[in-house]
Amino acid sequence: MSTASNDRVTVLKTHKLFIKGAYPRGESGRTHALRDAEGGLIAHLCTASRKDTREAVEAARAALPGWSASTPYLRGQILHRLAEMLEGRAVELAKAVADTTGRSAKKVRAEVDAGIDRVICFAGWSDKITSLLGNQNPVAQPFHNFTTPEPIGTIGVIAPESSSFLGFLSMWLPAVCAGNTVVCMASEHLPLPALLVAESMPGSDLPAGVFNLLTGTRKELLPAFAAHRDLDAIVACADDKEAAALREAGADNLKRVRVVAPNSDFECERAWEGPEAFRGAVEYKTVWHPMSVE
Amino acid sequence: MALSNPPSKPVWDYAPAPESFRPPIAEQHGLFIDGKFVKPKSGKFMKVINPATEETLTGVAEAGKADVAAAVEAANKAQRKWAKLPGKERAKYLFRIARRLQERAREFAVLETLNNGKPIKESRDGDVPESAKHFFHHAGWCDKLRYAIPGGGDPKPVGVCGQIIPWNFPLMMAAWKIAPALACGNTCVLKPAETTPLTALRLAEIFQEVELPPGVVNILTGGPETGKLVASNAGFHKVAFTGSTEVGKLIIKACASRHVRLTMELGGKGAHIVFADGAIDQAVEGAVQGIFYNQGQVCCAGSRLLVEESVAEEFKAKLLKRMESLRVGDPMDKNTDVGAINSASQRDRICKYVNIARTEGAEVLECGVNATPKKGFWCMPTALAGVQPSHTVAREEIFGPVVALMTFRTVEEAVMRANDSAYGLSAGIWTEKSSKMFEVARRLRAGVVWCNGFNLFDAASPFGGVKESGFGREGGRHGLLEYMAH
Repeated sequence: MSTASNDRVTVLKTHKLFIKGAYPRGESGRTHALRDAEGGLIAHLCTASRKDTREAVEAARAALPGWSASTPYLRGQILHRLAEMLEGRAVELAKAVADTTGRSAKKVRAEVDAGIDRVICFAGWSDKITSLLGNQNPVAQPFHNFTTPEPIGTIGVIAPESSSFLGFLSMWLPAVCAGNTVVCMASEHLPLPALLVAESMPGSDLPAGVFNLLTGTRKELLPAFAAHRDLDAIVACADDKEAAALREAGADNLKRVRVVAPNSDFECERAWEGPEAFRGAVEYKTVWHPMSVE
Repeated sequence: MALSNPPSKPVWDYAPAPESFRPPIAEQHGLFIDGKFVKPKSGKFMKVINPATEETLTGVAEAGKADVAAAVEAANKAQRKWAKLPGKERAKYLFRIARRLQERAREFAVLETLNNGKPIKESRDGDVPESAKHFFHHAGWCDKLRYAIPGGGDPKPVGVCGQIIPWNFPLMMAAWKIAPALACGNTCVLKPAETTPLTALRLAEIFQEVELPPGVVNILTGGPETGKLVASNAGFHKVAFTGSTEVGKLIIKACASRHVRLTMELGGKGAHIVFADGAIDQAVEGAVQGIFYNQGQVCCAGSRLLVEESVAEEFKAKLLKRMESLRVGDPMDKNTDVGAINSASQRDRICKYVNIARTEGAEVLECGVNATPKKGFWCMPTALAGVQPSHTVAREEIFGPVVALMTFRTVEEAVMRANDSAYGLSAGIWTEKSSKMFEVARRLRAGVVWCNGFNLFDAASPFGGVKESGFGREGGRHGLLEYMAH
């Protein structure tokens, strides 16, 4: 909304991309308008290009060795700090969700609370993933054999179009929690809550490059994600046609593609806060360690 | 291939020790659909040969489109009933299969060696007992599925599975695919490799013996065309493939427009790291096991030997000495260490890579105690010295008894070189320092890491790769989960 009730002209914001802990405008210099449900102008957004995707992947890849080797305890504390930052902006987040969706204030606030609580959930998950998803294997040879979950690497996330806060968080929290680094495309039509989360990140001690956020069109960014050979996996909220394109192009470097249905119920705690949430975020390493007294 | 570096060969007169048992082999084999061996609707048959003699063993059907459809229909029809069977009852069928495999072990070992060319001691001590173990292990899972899911859950089968397997471990790959699928209540259509269908067809006889309900497992023999028909059939809820990365990518693309669960066990270029503080003699044995087992036709073979510089010369000398004692030849001889390459085309592919290595500047060292037979497809155990990380043979999978020798100076360099690959299936570490083992294992990008050993498998141990070596696991609890819907 460009004017407030007291005739004061509001300062109109252009939201920028979030890459490597900084807020660049994007190499193409393109922007597009974000409008509310009634067509009023809310803000302008940078339109990320294939080149911005490359920059973001590069940043995420560079952040991977440090983040994946950090202790689960540290990752948990950083996610908790992110929840602290978001709690302080809950009203602003609720307004962002409400402005762009036209939903009732009460419902919106409940979604924001659930989203912040989901961050808290994952703050407590990081040092339990290995205990619950890994195990020792009783082999018939003198070896101590064990299987542990490990981060897949650098993951591209396509956030859901409709669940702009809870769904957005649910799609990448398991990945970051497990030690992956992420390049995320925000909802094309409802990107504001995601942008506010990105604005909260530098204060959360999340190292630069661990999470990167792009705004733009699905038409342009999905193919860029799918074809990028340095993305190890994609977790995408996508329709059947988009899913097919992601899988097909992703096959060239054996990307692990996890597709989440657009009508997925992000309120479901079992699916999004249980061990199942880590599907698409971890893969398994099995180590055979000798046992002997010699 | 001529010996470029003729070793001084010890004269060891082993008397031949041939395995004398010959299981009867029918002149022609039909397809196994809905519990019966049937003639292919395609009307086509192809011959199956012994790669050690080039003699024709038998003929098998070449499944066409209508045959694939019939098999999928049978599997679909059988699925609900099979899944409804209480876990304990399903388990008994799997236990029966395991027991019959053990009882008929000699027959299967001989058949595997005749068809694949691998030494009888490997099929006898490796392939067949491991296959039986896989059925036995998964039998026990049938009534415990709900406890296998992290956090508990409601286990459901995926449905009908299309499974395409390679020629390097024909029976074992069939077991790895079928056993977990059946344990979880799925039904299968298995497509054995073009050149090695015989033990899978014999396994179908066991299914009949143990009265496995018709349609639960269907077996379609054929070539690449049959494989394509299976991969692209819309009736499958899951497609599991073991084979090359190249074909794996084609299968993913063929399945891209449908929501199909996939397991991909693809190629590798395993890094086998020998540290100076490792037990060198054992490491040499491990290196031999890592690259000459099954003629190196192993996706997880230790084909890149990274040896710490301070012991590299000593290691190389000991390795070459050990390679000189490897007996190459008749796979049916119980003393044979290295058998036949599975096909002429694979033999040619291996030769092509050895020639590339020579052209790119590597030193080619071929060893072995004896000359290879005139008939059949053979490759002498070969070491390539002075290989650089940029060389083709350090990057591409050869799938043969050819090892690239490289050196390193620090742990960091070893890890960096090991991880410098598009693949990430297996890796090996030799050191006597336990803490170093754990830390290096942690840093290696591979699905399986063997410490002071190589090419170790167990039904209870998950196997599978990262990066372009594929995704999904086979074996253990993690392999089981691949066959449950969630």
